[in-house]
Amino acid sequence: MSQLGLAELEAVYDALAAAINQVGTEQESLFLTKLVLLLANQLGDQTQIEQAITTALRDL
Amino acid sequence: MYIPDQTPRHSVYYNYSIYPFQTPPELRGTTQTYPVVIVGAGPIGLVTALELARYNIPVQVISAEVQVSHGSRAIVFTRRSMEILQQVGIAERMLATAYPWRSGNSIYRGQRVFRLEAPHDEDDRFQPLNNLQQQYVEQYLIEQAQLNPLIELRWGSQVMGVTSFSEHAELQIDTPEGEYTLSCNWLIAADGAKSTIRQVLGLRMEGASYRGRFVIADIKIDIPWPTERLAYFDPDWNRGNTILMHRQPEGIWRLDYQLPPNETPEQALAPESLNTRIQAQLDMVGVTAPWELDWCSVYSARAMTLPDYMHDRIIFTGDAAHMLPIFGVRGANTGFQDAQNLAWKLAMLLKGIGTPKLLTTYSSERVTAAQEIIAEASKSTRFMAPPDRGFRLLRDAVLSLSLTQAFVRPLFHWRTSRPHDYHDSALNALQDDNAQFTAGPAQGMPLQNIRLADNDYLFDHLGAAFHVLYFTDQIVPVAILDAIQTLQHTGIPIQLLTIGNQQRFTDQDGHFAKRYDALTGSAYLVRPDQHVCARWKSLSADQLKAAIYQALGQGA
Repeated sequence: MSQLGLAELEAVYDALAAAINQVGTEQESLFLTKLVLLLANQLGDQTQIEQAITTALRDL
Repeated sequence: MYIPDQTPRHSVYYNYSIYPFQTPPELRGTTQTYPVVIVGAGPIGLVTALELARYNIPVQVISAEVQVSHGSRAIVFTRRSMEILQQVGIAERMLATAYPWRSGNSIYRGQRVFRLEAPHDEDDRFQPLNNLQQQYVEQYLIEQAQLNPLIELRWGSQVMGVTSFSEHAELQIDTPEGEYTLSCNWLIAADGAKSTIRQVLGLRMEGASYRGRFVIADIKIDIPWPTERLAYFDPDWNRGNTILMHRQPEGIWRLDYQLPPNETPEQALAPESLNTRIQAQLDMVGVTAPWELDWCSVYSARAMTLPDYMHDRIIFTGDAAHMLPIFGVRGANTGFQDAQNLAWKLAMLLKGIGTPKLLTTYSSERVTAAQEIIAEASKSTRFMAPPDRGFRLLRDAVLSLSLTQAFVRPLFHWRTSRPHDYHDSALNALQDDNAQFTAGPAQGMPLQNIRLADNDYLFDHLGAAFHVLYFTDQIVPVAILDAIQTLQHTGIPIQLLTIGNQQRFTDQDGHFAKRYDALTGSAYLVRPDQHVCARWKSLSADQLKAAIYQALGQGA
């Protein structure tokens, strides 16, 4: 699996923060859910997505 | 004293006939034990009665009502249901009135985001889906039953209690002329979702009850659109909820719309609420025609089944046995398959041909079918009426993406009712060539219809019997003919249908044989409910006999 370099990760970090600020709290969950579905479809690997869900559930 | 309401129900287009109570023999001092009594004269009870009569079994049908059901209720009948209704003799009347269709549309923010066409095979007589209000189907079934001397319809007779014994069952029945006890060897509970018999026996269904409630309303209106399924998601006038529109005969449209949470059925059915919401939906879809309400009700989605449909001499069928969400047209369409599955097994047992084990496969096959349907229906329900925040969020994300992203659109698939495949049935042959076939209906599947000529199909030739479809261009081997004759002499209803050169069905272009992956000597054994229980590349008489005994529950 390819990983992001630091500069790319920072760019995604900023873009995601900006998008969350843009949509506002009411639409935030909907926006993030759409984003996950889009990325999941691009990734095309059910196991990796399920592992990512498990990882994201950790340490909340 | 039970006095049924004799006032014809109100309708702007349907004339309700009253079927009056008639004094039964029991109230004249004559008692007897009947072979089969069916409680419930809805579509399932009536199809069960007509099916049993096909096998010459007399039936008493008990109904608390004196007229057919109010409102459209079950409106969409599948091809498989039409095939079953053909066997009981009302398919032609259905075809003359019903609206056939095959396309479903899902609409979000004014855009059609998904369209699905149910497949239609050139060999099928009936269209995938057919719209007709339930009261017409009941009327046709009643009129068909009235013509049959084996069927006695007892209207205006309310079941007060039921007692189950090891060899018979007794019903306490209240009527306008007083109470009486009705005794029978077998009692079929076809008394609907609120089954009195199920409640008296204290039986519990297993499964899920969803919080989503729907108003279902029939309106008389002229909308010049084709007959297709229309599902509107999350409209401005009913945020977060789903609306279905179906065209029906007699200028009637059926609207199903979901209610906001916490609204009571009384609030939902208040005239002002109904008028405002129906008008809002019509405004949204750009329909300006005047309309009139015919009937309305409130429905809650459930996906539940009894774990066993047989309790001593009491057998459950249709909604009395299971409650299934309406989104995939699964109510009546599932119940018809129950009726058809039950009737031949009970008839064979009563004739002394089938074993008690045969009858228990009614429960095992149909409970399995219901559980499969529930698993599918739950997927549809999660999308149509999300049960919690997580499912709602996912559904809303899919709606939003569906405007531009094709990959989410298959999630709109509405998973319509389909016939169950009894692939793991105990009635299937233990030794046949099922796995060697590359086409044709496999063990457990319903037969595929074949168009033989103009207005002439394979299913038109099927009767209340086992059928052997035998493919040959030569003469049928004597051993096979002898085996069939021997079986017939023991009282087993079995018919030979030959396919090939100079046979019953000539199959000049080889189309039939190709669809069934058959060569000369190949054969299919078909149960009386038209499901395949064995198939052979090359049939032998011994294999045929073994398979018939297996299918009658006489196997090891």
